[in-house]
Amino acid sequence: MSSSLVILENVLQGLTAGILIGSVYALMCVGLGLIFGVMRVINFAQGEFLMLGMYGTLYAYTWLALGRFLGPYVGPIVGAVLAGIAVYFVGILLHRYLLARVTGAKVAGSEGEGHYPQLILTLGLSLIISNAGLIFFGSTPENIRTPLSASAWEIGPLAADHVSVFLNKARSVAFLVSVGVAIALFLFITRTRIGKMLRAAADNPEAATYMGIDVERAHRIAFGLGCAITALAGGLVATYYPFQPYVGLEFVIIMYAGVVLGGMGSIGGAFWGGLTIGLVQQLSTLVLPTQLQNTAIFVVFLLIMMLRPEGLFGRNVERA
Amino acid sequence: MTGLRGRPILAIFAFAAAYLAVGLVVRNQYYQLILTLVLVWAIMGVSWNVFSGYSGLVSFGHASFFGLGAYTVTLLLVKLDITPWIGIPVGMLVGVAAGVLIGYPTFRLRGVYFALAMLAYPLALLYIFEWLGYQEVPLPMKREAPAAYMQFSDHRAYVVIALAMLIAALLVSLRIERSRFGLSLTAIKQNEWAAEASGINALRWKLKAIMVSGAIAAGAGGFYAVVLLIVTPSTVFGMLTSAQALIVTLFGGVATVWGPVAGSVILIPLAEILHAELGDKIPGINGVIFGAAIVLVVLVAPEGVLPKLRDALARRRGNGAARPGVVEPAAAAVMPPRSPTSEVLLRVANLSRSFGGLRAVQDVSFEVRKGEVLGIIGPNGAGKTTLFNVLNGFIRPHAGEVLFEGRPLIGLKPSDVCALGIGRTFQVMRPFPRMSVMDNVVVGAFVAERDDKRALAAAREALERVGLTAQADAIAGGLTTLELRLMELARAIASRPKLLLADETLAGLGSQEIDTLLARLAALAGNGLTIVIIEHTMRAMVRLADRLLVLDHGAVIAEGRPQDVTRDAKVIEAYLGKRWLARAAH
Repeated sequence: MSSSLVILENVLQGLTAGILIGSVYALMCVGLGLIFGVMRVINFAQGEFLMLGMYGTLYAYTWLALGRFLGPYVGPIVGAVLAGIAVYFVGILLHRYLLARVTGAKVAGSEGEGHYPQLILTLGLSLIISNAGLIFFGSTPENIRTPLSASAWEIGPLAADHVSVFLNKARSVAFLVSVGVAIALFLFITRTRIGKMLRAAADNPEAATYMGIDVERAHRIAFGLGCAITALAGGLVATYYPFQPYVGLEFVIIMYAGVVLGGMGSIGGAFWGGLTIGLVQQLSTLVLPTQLQNTAIFVVFLLIMMLRPEGLFGRNVERA
Repeated sequence: MTGLRGRPILAIFAFAAAYLAVGLVVRNQYYQLILTLVLVWAIMGVSWNVFSGYSGLVSFGHASFFGLGAYTVTLLLVKLDITPWIGIPVGMLVGVAAGVLIGYPTFRLRGVYFALAMLAYPLALLYIFEWLGYQEVPLPMKREAPAAYMQFSDHRAYVVIALAMLIAALLVSLRIERSRFGLSLTAIKQNEWAAEASGINALRWKLKAIMVSGAIAAGAGGFYAVVLLIVTPSTVFGMLTSAQALIVTLFGGVATVWGPVAGSVILIPLAEILHAELGDKIPGINGVIFGAAIVLVVLVAPEGVLPKLRDALARRRGNGAARPGVVEPAAAAVMPPRSPTSEVLLRVANLSRSFGGLRAVQDVSFEVRKGEVLGIIGPNGAGKTTLFNVLNGFIRPHAGEVLFEGRPLIGLKPSDVCALGIGRTFQVMRPFPRMSVMDNVVVGAFVAERDDKRALAAAREALERVGLTAQADAIAGGLTTLELRLMELARAIASRPKLLLADETLAGLGSQEIDTLLARLAALAGNGLTIVIIEHTMRAMVRLADRLLVLDHGAVIAEGRPQDVTRDAKVIEAYLGKRWLARAAH
């Protein structure tokens, strides 16, 4: 096989892997973007909700023997959905008893809209949840082994006789679910009454309050939903990626990179931003050593913030 | 701002002496290590506080400096056999350089963006150092000359060295808090635009702060490597390192000299001992402690433990601050005679600026003569404030020229414009709300006075000139509108401007208050200050201004003596509409 064909195959493989992985990143970014978009809160603990989603999926999958009853395709998906639902309630409780004290009506008009205490509080939550995770889950890396994790569909040969693209089955399933959930969320936000409430609360909390919308409740739903979606994405990642309680930190930067890239405040933008980050990460391996994958993301992240802080797809600009 | 006085320094040495006494008595090596680590994290806290505490820019990335310091010391020792006695100072220089390299691009970002960007640096460095193959670098033991390599069998020596470093860091921190350095940072934190317009070069002070902070953190990191004898990327660049610096400071009290020390003294032993006792059964207990500590602090005592205690003590003693006096209403404004010269102070030529399709300022030209009061009037949205924003450097014009005493102003930063002698007040007032009135005005005086004491004197004089001396110690956030307007005026004239840009200084005032303010402005003008004032109530302007300039839809529609301008047909139309124009014609 000639070297140009090797390059072609690597690029194609990088592109498909980027899209598959990127779509799951996109889903986690949507969760984070929803929280930021509606509440204007930087949730530092988002990575920890991802981690909870991973362990939740693992336990749902093993304890309920989902694999045996539902098979390797549907089993982990149901596990991830269950984990998402559980994390939704965790999010609701955390908002009610902790976050509501430093967000929303409590801080409207205060210095910097209260970002300072919000960052600190969610940083504290992040430390508590990840270390509590260490206490309860242990530090041994886990993963959800299904027959899909290590098998792939071959597409091709596309060119010559050897150039074909391999789609990891676990990642492909995760891709389909991510896109499906993102579409469902999109419909929920644009078509339903609660979705309208969320959008109104996001757009102008004060005016929404005057229109009889319970902004506090909108925030709570957004926070719960944002945590749940990220947790669900975490459950999908868990099917092809080993994890431990500190795994959140690896993903929180990816999530923020995606959300910033898409334009902070834009939920659709967060999806495309996350997808782009996946592509950058996978394609960077063509030119960089694998250990520097994440460094490439940080560099992209910093560049976007320096050059285009409103994001590539964003319109919601925060002005000084 | 009180200058360096004896008591705080005494407190530092008293603390050091007490700590040293404990450090010398304790024999258990493990407790000696904890005593050392408490100091290391106190130094880290001081470092974080010097930058983030005073400037308000939250850094989640102080591990960058800590880790670079640690690796500088380690690699110098391993590769070049250079002792940490030299390695630590070199590491601090690396910290300074990293401060500039990180700060310069990142200061373009604000608020949460800044905090997020800072998070990325240490994590990127972590992966880079892993990739470079420095996963685990032990410091070689130097048995032939241990002391020369900062290696001591008696671990009390480490307590002593760490204590010396903390004293140095605290002195630096104290020095910053008590000087224009700290006050300028605080002003930037509370209102960056107002600080810039008052002559504070925000970027310069932020860079200075991150350089000092980077040096201190790198010093702490270098020493940490010496104490633990091994560095790994995840311990020195890890999230917990950045978090601990921030946590001890917030817990103890942010933007206070002693906060980081108090936080470290309480939290580090707690976390370390729990980790040692229960670490094998409950592995993440120290992280949980740190997390819980800041969650509690944010909810219960957002200012930190020390300020909370101080407030509680003050309340028990019952010394509530009395509300200072009210502003004396001035007698009906007697306008002192003014003698405008024909000398041109400010020349504006063909200035234009648009926002998208809106042409906020179009082709505006005028001159301001030395000693005159020029009123700029016009209906809402006429482009008056935009014009000021262009003049003092907040906004760049798309076309045109501004010359102040013959010098071009376009492209200068607001702080430079202020330094040249143009003061400014704001339509929507921009006080530094948590600072005293005096400190607000002192910030304005810095640009005119190199020496802090003389800045204080200049501020006092400015307060006297606007009649706000009685309120000098009040916190700006609690002032009335009139007092705030006067304070902004004092802040602007404290920089000894040749030209004052006053933006709707009369807005939101009652008629008697307007009289007071007009009298003060007239007195300033009588003393030779040139004033350009924006206003849209004609009546006040006719009393104060020598000449009027009328803007409508961003363009000059009339210019001249007040009595002429108010009869100008175009002006009446702009203000009242065509119908009134027809009536006025009769």
